[in-house]
Amino acid sequence: MSDADLQTDVDVVVIGGGVVGCAVARELSGLNLSVALIEARGDIGDATSKANTAILHTGFDCVPGSVESELVARGYRLLGDYATRAGIPVEATGALLVAWSQEELDILPKLAAKAAANGYHACEIVDSTAVYEAVPELGPGALGGLTVPGESIICSWTTALAYATEAKARGCSLLLETAVTGVRIGDELTTLETSKGEVRARWVVNAAGLGGDTIDRLFGFDRFTIVPRRGELLVFDKLSRSKAPCIVLPVPSSRGKGVLVSPTIYGNVMLGPTSENLTDRGDTSTTEEGFAFLLGKGRTLMPSLLEEDVTAAYAGLRASTEHSDYVIDASADKRYILLGGIRSTGLTASMALGEHVRALLKEHGLAPGARDDLPEPPRMPNIGEAFTRPYEREDLIAADPLYGRVVCFCERVTAGEIRDAMHSPIPPCDVDGLRRRTRALMGRCQGFFCGAEVEALMRDERAPTPGEAAHG
Amino acid sequence: MADLLTPDAVIVGGGPAGLTAARSLRAAGVSDVLVLERESEAGGIPRHSDHSGYGIRDLHRILKGPAYARRLVDRARESGAEILTEATVTGWAGDRSLLVTTPNGRVQVDARAVILATGARERPRTARMVPGDRPTGVYTTGQLQQAVYLQHESVGHRAVIVGAELVSWSAVLTLRHAGCRVALMTTEFESPEVFGPVAFAGRALLDGPLARATRVVRIIGRNRVEAIEIEHLVTGQRRMVACDTVVFTGDWVPDHELARLAGIELDRGHLGPLVDTRLATSVDGVFAAGNLLHPVDTADVAALDGRHVAESVVGWLAGERGPRSAVRLVAEQPFGWVSPGLIGEYRQGPPRDRLLLWSTEARALPTVVMRQGGSVIGRRTLPWSVSPGRMFRVPWSVARRVDPRGGDVTIGLS
Repeated sequence: MSDADLQTDVDVVVIGGGVVGCAVARELSGLNLSVALIEARGDIGDATSKANTAILHTGFDCVPGSVESELVARGYRLLGDYATRAGIPVEATGALLVAWSQEELDILPKLAAKAAANGYHACEIVDSTAVYEAVPELGPGALGGLTVPGESIICSWTTALAYATEAKARGCSLLLETAVTGVRIGDELTTLETSKGEVRARWVVNAAGLGGDTIDRLFGFDRFTIVPRRGELLVFDKLSRSKAPCIVLPVPSSRGKGVLVSPTIYGNVMLGPTSENLTDRGDTSTTEEGFAFLLGKGRTLMPSLLEEDVTAAYAGLRASTEHSDYVIDASADKRYILLGGIRSTGLTASMALGEHVRALLKEHGLAPGARDDLPEPPRMPNIGEAFTRPYEREDLIAADPLYGRVVCFCERVTAGEIRDAMHSPIPPCDVDGLRRRTRALMGRCQGFFCGAEVEALMRDERAPTPGEAAHG
Repeated sequence: MADLLTPDAVIVGGGPAGLTAARSLRAAGVSDVLVLERESEAGGIPRHSDHSGYGIRDLHRILKGPAYARRLVDRARESGAEILTEATVTGWAGDRSLLVTTPNGRVQVDARAVILATGARERPRTARMVPGDRPTGVYTTGQLQQAVYLQHESVGHRAVIVGAELVSWSAVLTLRHAGCRVALMTTEFESPEVFGPVAFAGRALLDGPLARATRVVRIIGRNRVEAIEIEHLVTGQRRMVACDTVVFTGDWVPDHELARLAGIELDRGHLGPLVDTRLATSVDGVFAAGNLLHPVDTADVAALDGRHVAESVVGWLAGERGPRSAVRLVAEQPFGWVSPGLIGEYRQGPPRDRLLLWSTEARALPTVVMRQGGSVIGRRTLPWSVSPGRMFRVPWSVARRVDPRGGDVTIGLS
């Protein structure tokens, strides 16, 4: 984007290009409003959103009556529909909570009741025979379970990108690598001081995730503190996928929260997360202790899983706070909305959060009409393993041989897809970004065969910046 | 609808084993031989190993990797085998039927015989479960060599090489070619003498020391690698080593996805297909060759597998059906595996009349002992040593007295 496109005086600025901020920006840019989305990092969905467990939650285990419960339940339906329209991969695998002790077994009826209180009525308590029928590879000792048929797996990367892509198509300005450093609230406009200059807006939405409390303090509040809670995850080779036909969830008990075993939308199996409070908001390193803990859990949950190679290990930081619910508030005098403490359920709740912000703005007098000139939602490249991918498509290859040129062999990513990603409305800025758009380099060889070639392709395909285009 | 090809034999993988098998099949009179290579050029790993030492056992000359690869490609082509590049096998449509993606469309290949020659790869950092940050500058030898020799990229200034197998010295050469100093080489093994003459020469190329009995416990660096933390396995002492490049070398694992997708029985030691001395897998008409079966021996040994398997395939195509009974050959400590893992009543021994074994310990003047049904049936003291990270080759004659209708056979050291 060139500076000429940059709207620095807008109706609403959304701070934070994670899945929540992108959903809000998408929602608001569908109205007769000028909107800008500000992200400190170089890409969309590059912080907490990229290391999510990527489950589309029914909200069965939320605290009944909480804001979170309401928004997750609504967001589940909204995102489910949107995923179909935008080509975001979703697999309705269902989940099974497995009880390994009498205490956990006794909790199952309470969980079923809680689910009902959250408006979710499809849970069913099953015996251990049914548990092993559903997941034969489970380790010995499972006593029973609770089914949650509506739980699904989704691609969290594509979700954030789809929102941002649609927001951009609707005219939202996207300001990447732009960190907010200061706030001046005026009579009509609020001025955000950023690493790239000043941006003015009538209203500001804080969806800054891990930085949410810092931004909140710039607005003169002191009402919550983010404690980055690190969750480490292990991802196992795709050849293990059949071992996890559904999401296997732990039963929360006095022994603490266990870990889950889940299929991923890319055809792997995931084990995790750990849970550890940190002080450093940038520390996404993995640890020996984390690995040892997960392997220990894995040995009990699904011993045969550990025979497979780990193809990825990563850590995400959840934006936990001292409050048990989301911290959502609108300050009319400061024309400011806070979306704080949106934990991992925020992926599911994202579109409902967008609607919620729209309603809050309306409540406070900002009620522009919907536009009738909106573009269609984008069709995102479907990178889900359960869907037909370009390398399998005779029609695509016939039209463009680059879709028949497999570059990343483990994940079967073609040169055509890499080219498309590099020329997409929001191109990746590094190899990690390309991985989130195409799956390139996320496989078992981690670049042994194709790493150098993929990076070379990326360089060749990198769209020239406006400055370069002007000069050459 | 995908195009259909119906060769007599299809070979998956155009590296030394696959190309040599193709040429040998043609030389034996098999008319329609197809090699499927997923890269843009055939030749396999030697194609991006720009140093000498290739071709000794199969071509009886010493060549650099790329020249060796070119020669194998030329010889296969001259023999009349067809080599299809940019052809990625994505799965099976039947027992000897492959689904292939190419820039010209999807192809189904129905062959009378299939040879899997998909090779092996190094376990990357993730599979070795090395924790820490996830910065750039972390490589396997394969990725490093492609970056340096094929893409002419720069790689950093100060490297640590993890592993001290043969391939690790290849990584040293590559780094030096790229102008990167090798500050440290680490190996989990204890004994220095295991590295042999190659390493003796190689040591002169190392700028830093070789840390034995050492493992990497953490990688540090938010964007680019800044340091690694290492631990001495005996003392437990830890220290940081500053570097901007880390190369994980060796720790080979066969590229066995296609074999697993076909339901072929694997050897639980090396994780490649379990084969008999003919290199036949558990699926009729599907054979395997090269480093898929012994991760990893040198390229020329892989190539000679190709020659060997061609003979078996010619027999199969002529209607020979070997006896179904075979006994398991099981590796005992300190060996992790032995290849091949089945012995049957065949006229052929294994390729080059050698059993290949992988050890986790060093041993000078080893005495190999073979047992069946509790009694010793073979014993040989060999003049070459056993060392971790290097193939140990045992003459087939040690198995002369194996009863192919008896019980499991074990091979170990006395």
